[in-house]
Amino acid sequence: MLRGFNRLFALLATSVPAHFALAEEGAERWGVNMTQGVTEVSRTTYDLHMLIFWICVVIGVLVFGVMFYSMWRHRKSKGYRASQFHESTAVELVWTIIPTLILVAMAVPATKTLYDIYDTGEADLDIMITGYQWKWKYDYLGADVSFFSNLSTPRAQIDNQLPKGPDYLLEVDEPLVVPVGKKIRFLMTANDVIHAWWVPELAVKRDAIPGFINEAWTRIEEPGIYRGQCAELCGKDHGFMPIVVKAVPEAEYTAWLGERAEAAAKARELTEKTFTFDELYAQGEKVYNRTCAACHQPNGQGVPGAFPAIAGSKIATGPLEGHLNMVINGSQKNPAMQAFGEQLSEVDLAAVITYQRNAFGNDMGDTVQPIDILNFKNKQ
Amino acid sequence: MAHGPQPGFKRWLYTTNHKDIGSMYLWFSFAMFLLGGCMALVIRAELFEPGLQIVQPEFFNQMTTMHGLIMVFGAVMPAFVGLANWMIPMMIGAPDMALPRMNNWSFWILPFAFTMLASTLFMEGGAPNFGWTFYAPLSTEYAPPSVTFFIFSIHIMGASSIMGAINIIATILNMRAPGMTLMKMPLFVWTWLITAYLLIAVMPVLAGVVTMMLMDIHFGTSFFSAAGGGDPVLFQHVFWFFGHPEVYIMILPAFGIVSAIIPTFARKPLFGYSSMVYATASIAFLSFIVWAHHMFTVGMPIAGELFFMYATMLIAVPTGVKVFNWVSTMFRGSMSFETPMLFSVAFVILFTIGGFSGLMLAIAPADFQYHDTYFVVAHFHYVLVPGAIFSITAGVYYWLPKWTGNMYNETMGKVHFWLAFIGLNLTFFPMHFVGLAGMPRRIPDYALQFADFNQIASMGAFLFGAAQLVFLFNVIRTVQGGRKATDKVWENPEGLEWTVPSPAPYHTFSTPPAVR
Repeated sequence: MLRGFNRLFALLATSVPAHFALAEEGAERWGVNMTQGVTEVSRTTYDLHMLIFWICVVIGVLVFGVMFYSMWRHRKSKGYRASQFHESTAVELVWTIIPTLILVAMAVPATKTLYDIYDTGEADLDIMITGYQWKWKYDYLGADVSFFSNLSTPRAQIDNQLPKGPDYLLEVDEPLVVPVGKKIRFLMTANDVIHAWWVPELAVKRDAIPGFINEAWTRIEEPGIYRGQCAELCGKDHGFMPIVVKAVPEAEYTAWLGERAEAAAKARELTEKTFTFDELYAQGEKVYNRTCAACHQPNGQGVPGAFPAIAGSKIATGPLEGHLNMVINGSQKNPAMQAFGEQLSEVDLAAVITYQRNAFGNDMGDTVQPIDILNFKNKQ
Repeated sequence: MAHGPQPGFKRWLYTTNHKDIGSMYLWFSFAMFLLGGCMALVIRAELFEPGLQIVQPEFFNQMTTMHGLIMVFGAVMPAFVGLANWMIPMMIGAPDMALPRMNNWSFWILPFAFTMLASTLFMEGGAPNFGWTFYAPLSTEYAPPSVTFFIFSIHIMGASSIMGAINIIATILNMRAPGMTLMKMPLFVWTWLITAYLLIAVMPVLAGVVTMMLMDIHFGTSFFSAAGGGDPVLFQHVFWFFGHPEVYIMILPAFGIVSAIIPTFARKPLFGYSSMVYATASIAFLSFIVWAHHMFTVGMPIAGELFFMYATMLIAVPTGVKVFNWVSTMFRGSMSFETPMLFSVAFVILFTIGGFSGLMLAIAPADFQYHDTYFVVAHFHYVLVPGAIFSITAGVYYWLPKWTGNMYNETMGKVHFWLAFIGLNLTFFPMHFVGLAGMPRRIPDYALQFADFNQIASMGAFLFGAAQLVFLFNVIRTVQGGRKATDKVWENPEGLEWTVPSPAPYHTFSTPPAVR
């Protein structure tokens, strides 16, 4: 019955706007309803949502029906004489008790679903999710894999200089890769302010709170790419820290995990290597735009009063020691300047510091090598 | 009639007259409504299309924050206090408010509070940008320097509200005309009495939470900083212990207004007066035990989730009683649809829709999908705009002839209504859809699949904004002149306010009236 109604609703919802739809590639336009998602919990949640929706529709039709009938028939302009009835304890009791019973009927399935959602035990895989201003970090617990996931939509698309791609604002450089059919437990926390990790198709939304570790779980049934966004206002670029989950068959997942571990080992080797200025500068520009530009701006001018400029800054044009300290350990005064020592690899740190000292009109001419970063860190 | 008002601006600065103070509250709140509305239009203009066109994200966040703060504390709350000032003494047969000098003070600190708040827009680092719910640590360690001014302006607004509430309680409990027993009071008086208790209970909590922020920011405490052993979630508990009763503070007086207007234009007594009183009291009581339904995703233990889910669902019962009572009052009445009635009928319909989405949001597992999306934005705008704003508008049209002695222009009133009604629904109904489809709230830019509905919402918002100019024009014209209103104004309205001449003289009920 309910399913039939839902299908009818889905049909109406998609067919009516179909006349307007410009059939954009990739994006489903005029979406009007919650996704059914790709997990058992997301489907149960959807059913619960539709159940309550239809209960509300029925109540609404009854109440508004009486109201509109009355507004149509019982008008002064039609000469209708008002009756003077009022006060009836019996009627008041009826419309107190019946809604209470309806509420109990809603509460039962809701309670059951909630118990399901809270059952985070016996997971096959644990992933730690940490919210940062404005990116996500994923740590695969027990495996040597850990990375940041940043928005990959080019700035020019946001500024309307390039046409927007189909996954505008919902694409990242490194998606979270997970196996299908496994119970995955997410442990969520944050490094600075409160964020919320949300992927509608998994029906997982949990706040990532500094100093707390929240738990959630999912078991994805179909391979695919599922997109979400940060749901809790977390500052300037709250709208620009999407989540992309790539669910793959287990074999593919294991292979991917192996590749990542290998790549991590390789990156560590690179720490020993000496790079040319141009290599560092080019890599630094990439790192800068990914990591620093959100606050200090792509042109290095910062935002007056909120984020200092890199161009001509005392730190970026001062002694190297101070610059290393600021980037690696963060600012003592302003918590928005995070400690990037643990977030970026030695190569990326060396590159971005080299870049900052030589871009935006800064002309220090010096080169920082990964080994310098390592030495600085070891000295502390 | 001892003496009339002082001449010139001193009349307004020194006045202790409840009518003058009521008018000042109402004009002030309308000014704030336009200011907050302009900020909403900046938001809607930016969201007209995907991409950043008009403002940058940091300014966008300042707009959403200031829009919320100004509408809640500057537009809705002072408007209800203004109506209370004008109407409560006249409804209970009192000559004035119980504490007239405090009344003057509680109004006159408001312009200073809001000047301070608005001035943060011009400060280095910009205005508060952490949302009107100002969750720590975004509003403490990570806040712009102007947060201190924000804290002080909240303190002043809180002081104003507490004084206003004390005054209203003192007036209602002490100054009723002989024979006006509690259960004979008009529902507007009843709902305001309960609202005033809510204000006294929760405004100090708000003051407490902003003071804790102040200590964290300037005096080295760590109430909300995890690094110092504090608890960011504590902020949300304290805030919403204030915040949930606060939303009822913004709706209970609305219930009172609509309960006065519907019987007048249905020409039929309110169906269940006493059950309306009890329902209001039940809603007020429940408002104190549901706060954490705003926090279903913070990771509460399941027992907490269940408690707050059940308690929240319960609110549907007394709210339903109210809606059923209004509909029964209309049923087999002899209705006519003057502007106040149009706004009141729209109130009942649209507030009920907001109530339905509220019930959906109460269901914790479903709320995990709704939380912090545009579905929530749609929900609370459906209860606040047709709820608070429409009821205030209805009240102004209903009592304006009594205040000014002139009838407003009915045609212009109807034009205002239909523009506002259509604009409101165009703005907020599509937000249900984009919210369910996955658009988070408080984002300056969005994915392409949300573009069409956002475009509709933006157009609706400008229509709604334009409608308010019709309202302003109509009110000014009515103040200036127009067809003379009779003392009763409407066909057979109930209440002592209709027994005094139109316009109501500067001093009314210098001797108490006889109450049947």
